[in-house]
Amino acid sequence: MSKAHGPLADRPINPKVGLEISHESADLHVTGNALYTQDLVGRTKDTLHAWPVQAPHAHATVTGLRVDAAYQVPGVVRVLTADDVPGLNDAGEKHDEPLFPSEVMFYGHAVCWVLGETLEAARQGAVAVEVDYEPLPSLVTIQDAIAAESFQGAQRTVSRGDADAAMATAARTFSGEFEFGGQEHFYLETNAALALIDENGQIFIQSSTQHPSETQDIVAHVLGLPAHSITVQCLRMGGGFGGKEFQPHGLAAIAALGATLTGRPVSLRLNRTQDITMTGKRHPFLASWEVGFDADNRICALRATLTSNGGWSLDLSEPVLARALCHIDNAYWIPDITVHGRIAKTNRASNTAFRGFGGPQGMIVIEDILGRCAPLLGVEADELRRNNFYSPGQQTPYGQPVRHAERLADIWDILSERSDFAARKAAVAAFNQAHPDTKRGLAMTPVKFGISFNLTAFNQAGALVHVYKDGSVLINHGGAEMGQGLHTKMIQVAATSLGVPLSYVRLAPTRTDKVPNTSATAASSGADLNGGAIKNACDQIRARLNVVAGGKLGIHPDDVRFVDGVVTGIGFHDQQIQWADLVHAAYFQRVQLWAAGFYRTPGLHWDAGRMQGEPFKYFAYGAALSEVEVDGFSGAYRLLRVDIVHDVGDSLSPLIDIGQIEGGFVQGAGWLTLEELRWDDSDGANRGRLNTQAASTYKIPSFSEMPEEFNVHLFERATESGVVYGSKAVGEPPLMLAFSVREALRQAAGAFGPEGWSVDLGCPSTPEAVYWAIEAARAGAGSGNGSPSGNGQSATAPALAGV
Amino acid sequence: MSISELATATPDVGVPHVTVNGQPRELGEVGGHVTLLEWLRGSGFTGCKEGCAEGECGACAVLVARPDGDATRWTAINACLVPAAGLDRQEVITAEGIGQPGRLHPVQQEMASRGGSQCGYCTPGFICSMASEFYRSDRRPSPPGRAAEAEPGSDGSAAERSVANGADPTAPGNAPDHEHGPNGFDLHALSGNLCRCTGYRPIRDAAYALGTPDATDPLLTRLDRPAPAPAITDVTSSQGRFRRPADLAEALDLLASSPDARLVAGSTDWGVELNIRHSRAALTLGIDRLPELRTLVIGKESIDIGAALTLSEIERALAGRVPLLAQLFPQFASRLIRNGATLGGNLGTGSPIGDSPPALLALDASLVLASSSGEREVPLSGYFTGYRQTLKRPDELIKVIRVPLPVAPISAFHKIAKRRFDDISSVAVGFALRLDGSSVADIKIGLGGVAATPLRATATEEFLTGKEWTRDTVAQAAQVLNGEATPISDHRASAAYRTAMLGASLRKFHAQNPAPLANSRQEA
Repeated sequence: MSKAHGPLADRPINPKVGLEISHESADLHVTGNALYTQDLVGRTKDTLHAWPVQAPHAHATVTGLRVDAAYQVPGVVRVLTADDVPGLNDAGEKHDEPLFPSEVMFYGHAVCWVLGETLEAARQGAVAVEVDYEPLPSLVTIQDAIAAESFQGAQRTVSRGDADAAMATAARTFSGEFEFGGQEHFYLETNAALALIDENGQIFIQSSTQHPSETQDIVAHVLGLPAHSITVQCLRMGGGFGGKEFQPHGLAAIAALGATLTGRPVSLRLNRTQDITMTGKRHPFLASWEVGFDADNRICALRATLTSNGGWSLDLSEPVLARALCHIDNAYWIPDITVHGRIAKTNRASNTAFRGFGGPQGMIVIEDILGRCAPLLGVEADELRRNNFYSPGQQTPYGQPVRHAERLADIWDILSERSDFAARKAAVAAFNQAHPDTKRGLAMTPVKFGISFNLTAFNQAGALVHVYKDGSVLINHGGAEMGQGLHTKMIQVAATSLGVPLSYVRLAPTRTDKVPNTSATAASSGADLNGGAIKNACDQIRARLNVVAGGKLGIHPDDVRFVDGVVTGIGFHDQQIQWADLVHAAYFQRVQLWAAGFYRTPGLHWDAGRMQGEPFKYFAYGAALSEVEVDGFSGAYRLLRVDIVHDVGDSLSPLIDIGQIEGGFVQGAGWLTLEELRWDDSDGANRGRLNTQAASTYKIPSFSEMPEEFNVHLFERATESGVVYGSKAVGEPPLMLAFSVREALRQAAGAFGPEGWSVDLGCPSTPEAVYWAIEAARAGAGSGNGSPSGNGQSATAPALAGV
Repeated sequence: MSISELATATPDVGVPHVTVNGQPRELGEVGGHVTLLEWLRGSGFTGCKEGCAEGECGACAVLVARPDGDATRWTAINACLVPAAGLDRQEVITAEGIGQPGRLHPVQQEMASRGGSQCGYCTPGFICSMASEFYRSDRRPSPPGRAAEAEPGSDGSAAERSVANGADPTAPGNAPDHEHGPNGFDLHALSGNLCRCTGYRPIRDAAYALGTPDATDPLLTRLDRPAPAPAITDVTSSQGRFRRPADLAEALDLLASSPDARLVAGSTDWGVELNIRHSRAALTLGIDRLPELRTLVIGKESIDIGAALTLSEIERALAGRVPLLAQLFPQFASRLIRNGATLGGNLGTGSPIGDSPPALLALDASLVLASSSGEREVPLSGYFTGYRQTLKRPDELIKVIRVPLPVAPISAFHKIAKRRFDDISSVAVGFALRLDGSSVADIKIGLGGVAATPLRATATEEFLTGKEWTRDTVAQAAQVLNGEATPISDHRASAAYRTAMLGASLRKFHAQNPAPLANSRQEA
């Protein structure tokens, strides 16, 4: 190998990575010219539109289906039912997700689909379809499922040491139960697919999908066709956040089936209500736990059981649970631990990937434990946290060394200093002393998040790089753009690797006939994997060009340098070749000017049964300090200030990375404080119905929830060896920085109570949840209870017992 | 495209059309059930996006030329909520018309260069909302160090600011103005736009970095001329009929003959009914531009507010003159909604969770109802008769909302909701208080969200009247107030929380407005 490709992390002179540049599509975004899947419908002649027939039962058998009336509606062209499926009637990979169900498994489940000349015709056709249902008993909550022992998939346990023995000898132990909610993705662009069929029976699908290859696979098995007959393209997504990792496949299959049967283009776009009611969300969890501390307030033992609500089918629930189990430690050394995990099977839409992928659900458990126990232990929560950080040389409960563990304390201390933590703590205390009806809270929390897919096989990627005769460069890779700036970073990687200006490089949309067998753009890994593949392709081309340039310059190929489109030799610059001239010359020498690149993350291994191994390439670290102000009358609050120090390695693209950190943080704060999914769990006719199924009832953060002051600092001198240009993944980890908001709310609510009051705070911590926590704290103050043992606290905190 | 070309365009006056980005386009077969969003997208304007189809997310925001005295104001509205036919002979600007790659508009330039777009789907809507504020004629940069203060003679935003600045003005961390930029940009202009990617900070920075429009900017110079006059539109298709009557008399006649007609002004409720609940009225009657419904008269004994004035127009016209309403406006939905929504519509639906009834009840407002057989005035306190039921007959419409003068000197509007911007109340309470020394001379309390209708808290009012305005009497009154409602538990809040919020709201009102002799914010 030529020296043009040194270690993956090394940056050449004047690299294009690290430059602060705007999103590659920013000019198209701001002018309304950026096209999303649904925008293509207006450019596609004779498109049919699809509308679902959604069942009004949480659980029922379909005993009759009569579609004749639909055909009486003007404009209805075709009703799609199970009988039309030529291949497998399955929208998933595990054969537990019939595309056209004979048994309704959740309220809003699509039983069949109507195609119309207009959306209105399809809708009216769907109204006309007659379905007979035989209602069945349903399970809506995790508690329902536990009572009925309704679980699905494998149950897993992460274990190290002897938690029982350690718990028995602990100086202090506490136990509790903690239930927290899920989260709707609420990407602004709902799921959409547009399928076309050509003269040769090949299907072309434009899909808003994070996983084009899996969309292709599932369309292929539904249609009973080999994969080479299906091409999936994703121009861009209007947000994904994990919600388009698995959910788009069945929808694309419906569109493809419709196109196959009618010979016409078929558009399927879910409206907001359909999207919210039919597609999965972040898993809500129920956690029961018991923790032991030693005399120095170090965690010595943890026993926990995590039960997720998986909904009606497995979807991605197993890997989500695995990541939860692998992140319950967050940043903390827990020597003896047993954590058991299981997936409830319920009559709800099937829960799925959501930014963090179970990591947040694991980490929130330990952060909640520490937040509740700190007052009972008589220590400040931030001291308790820092006191329990991993040290270099220690391993996670699943056996992975925590490399760069020292960064946890480094980041914590840098953040403390930059945010003026000590002085602000005193200021908050003084404020609270002076304000009986308003309290402030200040909390700092850490993040340690493992990067790579838990499933080792997914950690591979491909790319296709073309250099045309005029020197212009076209890159293709397997990752999909959903706003995270992946394409921007990939252009920077290619320009850096080839040593050309950014303007020479153009990126073509993601599609399965350019790069096959791709992994989902997920697990924050898009830039690591696809960047590695693009660099590999570019390095191949560079090696060939080095030979051509070496010949022209009369130097050894290893001594050729490419900088900003100018080719010179090492140490002398009197002879220069312009990039385009070199490329032109190479063409006439019959040198291959394109290359397929490949990358596989080295060093990973994972035993999913034993839950042991080294599933992660590295850990991303960060910490956040949040300050809130709570109104004691209503529980309403404002987020006054947030300070963050976060480790992205050496940033590939600082504007993009800071955008990911801020956006992830606010999305996490939404999950933890504002966004509330409420199902009808009564025994009435609407049992199982999602009551928050619209933007008017499901509230994501708006401008009023953004921190009034927001300071984000990238951890410096952070080169991550073995990753493309020394960078680290950034998509998911910052979401979990938002724990600091919830912990600050806990501090503020506690300030209404007596010293040492342990606050049991509902999650999401809505104004109402904060209000009840304040009321409990006030009652504690009034009764004179709230002793450090935790005994005698208000009845709202019954689960937390001092032992 | 040049906006100035518009003035010289001479469309066929007989054909219903909308001028989009300077180019007249025939409306075509729209009838009464096609939204502006659907029509624009069908016409190829991809900058208008559907995010929620109920006016919550702003992805479909566009600019329309609306009257501002003799001039024009670029007014941002949700295209998903208005009938396309209602825009007959009007001017609409989408993100594409604001600028294009290679010649980005300043708003687009700031958004693009500061990371204001990630996935980009919400971005065109943000561009339109931001452009509307960019061109606001009374937007003024603040003098350095005085970002908080509105200039004398400014619009109602001064009052808005005092509310927006939160619960405790003495709090040191309460920046005097965290919702207004040094360039006078009012962040509330973006309160109806949701972004799921950025966390908003770069969007705020883009907004606050904007300068003033170039003097030759065609979108600016357009504002000097009057807005297009309303058209007298009558279109029918398989999608029903849309009719914009010439005057109030015709509207009342139509209403008398077609009592099932759907009246629309801001149509912010119509859009939700159409898109989410799929209701399809045979006749949709646009009354938003009827001059008889669009006057605001400040008399000696009352302020008469035309029922079809938008909330934004009322806010500007009152300029803080009714403090209780000045507190209400910034908490009422979002700017995108307030730019279309009317008091007539908010009261006409009879919703128990509308935000204006609690405030108007506290102000002791009355309504003038008009029909082809005449007018009558009814007190608002007797107007609501049941869940979404009112005294208004099918042949009547609300003409005027009458607020008696003088208004009580001490007032407040408390809205309990999950989100401070753009949310629906769990509980809303309006207070209007007159003290005689330190005792209560008169108090009126309007409640929303705690019963099948908005209501006056008459038992609490009676309990307090004549009593000392002290913490103790207020605490007792809070108990009375908690018993005056019959709230339910739903997805927004539990019944227990709603009940608790009534008393808490009264106690907060007192804490923020103690009797003068108490002479301290925190009464001992």
